[in-house]
Amino acid sequence: MSEDSQTFPTGDLMKGKRGLVMGVANKNSIAWAIAQQLHAQGAEMAFTYVGEGLERRVRPLAESLGAEVIIPCDVTDDASMDEAFKTIEEKWGKIDFLVHAIAFADKEALKGSFVENTTREVFARAMDVSAFSFVDAANRASKIMNSGGSMITLTYLGSERVIPNYNMMGVAKAALEAATRYIARDLGKQGIRVNAISAGAIKTLSLGGIAGARSLLSEGRAWAPLREDTDPAGVAGAALYLLSDLGKSCTGETHHVDAGFHIVGMPEEDAIKGEE
Amino acid sequence: MSDIAERVKKITVEHLDVDAAKVEPKASFIDDLGADSLDIVELVMAFEEEFDIEIPDDAAETIQTVGDAIAYIEKNNA
Repeated sequence: MSEDSQTFPTGDLMKGKRGLVMGVANKNSIAWAIAQQLHAQGAEMAFTYVGEGLERRVRPLAESLGAEVIIPCDVTDDASMDEAFKTIEEKWGKIDFLVHAIAFADKEALKGSFVENTTREVFARAMDVSAFSFVDAANRASKIMNSGGSMITLTYLGSERVIPNYNMMGVAKAALEAATRYIARDLGKQGIRVNAISAGAIKTLSLGGIAGARSLLSEGRAWAPLREDTDPAGVAGAALYLLSDLGKSCTGETHHVDAGFHIVGMPEEDAIKGEE
Repeated sequence: MSDIAERVKKITVEHLDVDAAKVEPKASFIDDLGADSLDIVELVMAFEEEFDIEIPDDAAETIQTVGDAIAYIEKNNA
C-alpha cells in the first residue's frame, strides 16, 4: 500500500521553478507525495508548518529535499502569514507555484449529524482554515508570482456529494472549490492558473480525524472503477501536470484523482456484498 | 508475550523510535514514550491497519498505555 520510499518519475518539467508547499504533516501527507514528485522534476521548494509537533515531522522531510526555507505559518493569523510570505520574498523575490493542502474542522463536526453538530464556531473555524486560507495564500502568493505560475489546492468529493461523517469539511471543501474558480478568474489576468485536485480517500493524518475513516477507504476501494485505493503518486502526477507548463490552458478546474470513485452512482453487486 | 502484543510493541518501537525495552505494557505512550497527540493519531491508524480493525475515537481516548492498546486489540480482533 503506502511504500515509504516511492520513486517518482524524474525530469526537468519543474526545473528553475520555485514554490511554496503549505500543509505537509508527515510522510503520509498528500502534499509530501506532491513535493517529492516536484523535486524529482527539478523544483525548489519552501515548506510551512504550524506548531512544534508538525515542525518535528516536516523539517526532516523538507531537509531531505534540500529545502532551505522551512518556516512556521499559521493561516489563521495575519501576522504569521505576513511573516511567512515576507521571508519567501526576501529569499527568492519571485515564486512560480503554490501548493495549498490545509484543512481543519473540530472533531465533533466530523461525525454523526451535520445539522446538530455544526455550531457557529465550528463552522467559522472550518471555513477559515480550510477555505479562506487558500484565498488569502493565493492573494499573497500572486503578488510575488511570475506570469505562467500555477496554484493548486486539495479537495474531496464530500464537497459535491454527501459522505458519512465528512459533514462540515464537505461544506468547507465546497467553498474551497468555488473559491478556486473565482481566484482563477481574478489571477488569470496575470497569467496564473489555479486548480483543485479532488483526491480519493488516502490514509493520511487528516483522514484519521474523520469518524469511520476506514470505511471511506474500504468502500472507496469497493466502489471505484479501478477497484483500488487512490495512490498518492497519482495525485502527485496530477499536481505535476497542473503546476508545470504541461497544464497550460487549464485553470479553474476541479480534477478528480480518485480511482474513478466520483463517477459511480450505484456500486456493482459484488461491491455491495463486500470487497474482495 | 502474545502475537498481538509483539506486533503492538513492534509498531510502537518503529513509530516512536524508542528503545524496545521501554515499551512495556504499563508504559504510557505520552508520559513514558514521548508521544504527542499527532503520534497517538498515527499509532491508532497504524494499529487499525495492522489488525484490520476500526478503533473509534471514544475507544482511542481510553488507550493510554501499551497495555491498553494490546487489551483493546485482543478484545476486538475477532
